[in-house]
Amino acid sequence: MKNSLNVLSLVAIAAMVILSSCSESEDAALPVITYQQEDQMARPAINTVFVTTGEKDMFNQTIPSTGVATWGTKFNSRLLALNSGYTTNLLGLSSTAFTGVLAADVLTASLTKPTTFYDGTNVLTGRKLDDDVITVELILIFGGPTNALNPTLTDDHVDANDKAFLTTFPYLAAPF
Amino acid sequence: MTKLPKKLVMAVMVATICASGIYLIAADHADAPAVTGKTSDITDVYAFQSPTNASNMVLVVNIQGLLAPSATAAAKFDPETMVEINIDNSATADNIEDLVIQTTFENGKVQVYGPANPIQTGLKSTLINSATKVEGAITAYGAVPSITEQSGMKVFAGPRDDPFFFDLGQFKKILATTATGFNNPGTDTFAGTNVMSIVIELPKSVLGTGSVNIWATSNRKM
Repeated sequence: MKNSLNVLSLVAIAAMVILSSCSESEDAALPVITYQQEDQMARPAINTVFVTTGEKDMFNQTIPSTGVATWGTKFNSRLLALNSGYTTNLLGLSSTAFTGVLAADVLTASLTKPTTFYDGTNVLTGRKLDDDVITVELILIFGGPTNALNPTLTDDHVDANDKAFLTTFPYLAAPF
Repeated sequence: MTKLPKKLVMAVMVATICASGIYLIAADHADAPAVTGKTSDITDVYAFQSPTNASNMVLVVNIQGLLAPSATAAAKFDPETMVEINIDNSATADNIEDLVIQTTFENGKVQVYGPANPIQTGLKSTLINSATKVEGAITAYGAVPSITEQSGMKVFAGPRDDPFFFDLGQFKKILATTATGFNNPGTDTFAGTNVMSIVIELPKSVLGTGSVNIWATSNRKM
């Protein structure tokens, strides 16, 4: 009886050794490499325009799913500081609705519609290289409900890149 | 006359830039103190339908902005920095990543892992090294683009002209109330500067259906 128990435990130990060495060899082939986030970005100029000086590092350590809870109220204050006369914008968004969209910093990309930051019809369905994203953002911040307000603030009059994009991959122009 | 030690020259240059307060910040260039001037500073993110294949999406992440042409040949991707494209393709659009594409720069080459489910979500990322991997050459400054085509994906990594354009100088004057509006024509603050680009083209079908939410992160090896 004692001997058979010993045999059983030997078998059990052997099985454990084999199993653990299997998982060890897998670990050795694929090391666990972990990284810590430093910067994050989706829509252009959000950290630059809507986050105050002392909190810019904190913005880069916010995951988008908690963006609205963390930044919603602060972005609203910042919007009203930039444009104290804000009522709604060209998208019909109140200040809280607009900053609520911006505070979750993700870039929506449509897999079915034309992809553009804004082309007059499609809104936030992607971002093309030649999209004049800053003018779009200026219009939404300063232009009011029909883009008739603050005309000197709604267009930086830099409408295109300084170098032509390529028609084929990788699309971005060669460096200067 | 003795030559100034390189480190001292660098320190003086950095101090001068800081003292003059001419931090150039825009799309996301030099957006925050902890990443400014680092290999992890993301400048812009793009997502658009491929101009050459309507079934494909093109994803671009640019880092290390405002590179002068004279500084571009020496600019390098950092083996310690992993650039991750996060994709939320859930029906609820909860802004939690369901897929990630991870780009690393080991042994002088670029590696692209995924898209695949992340091992963990949030501020820490674990390399999805069991996922599909595409590996190719990093394009050198001045060289013809090296395009790696594998597993239905096209990959480019190397210096490019910064595609971003903005009269940031005038915007800063407006914020500082030393100007009341933009000039016409404006001046592109980013004209003549380069970035380090990662360009990935892949089938839309591997990303999801309808629409997806995308964001990029840069991450340092722990």
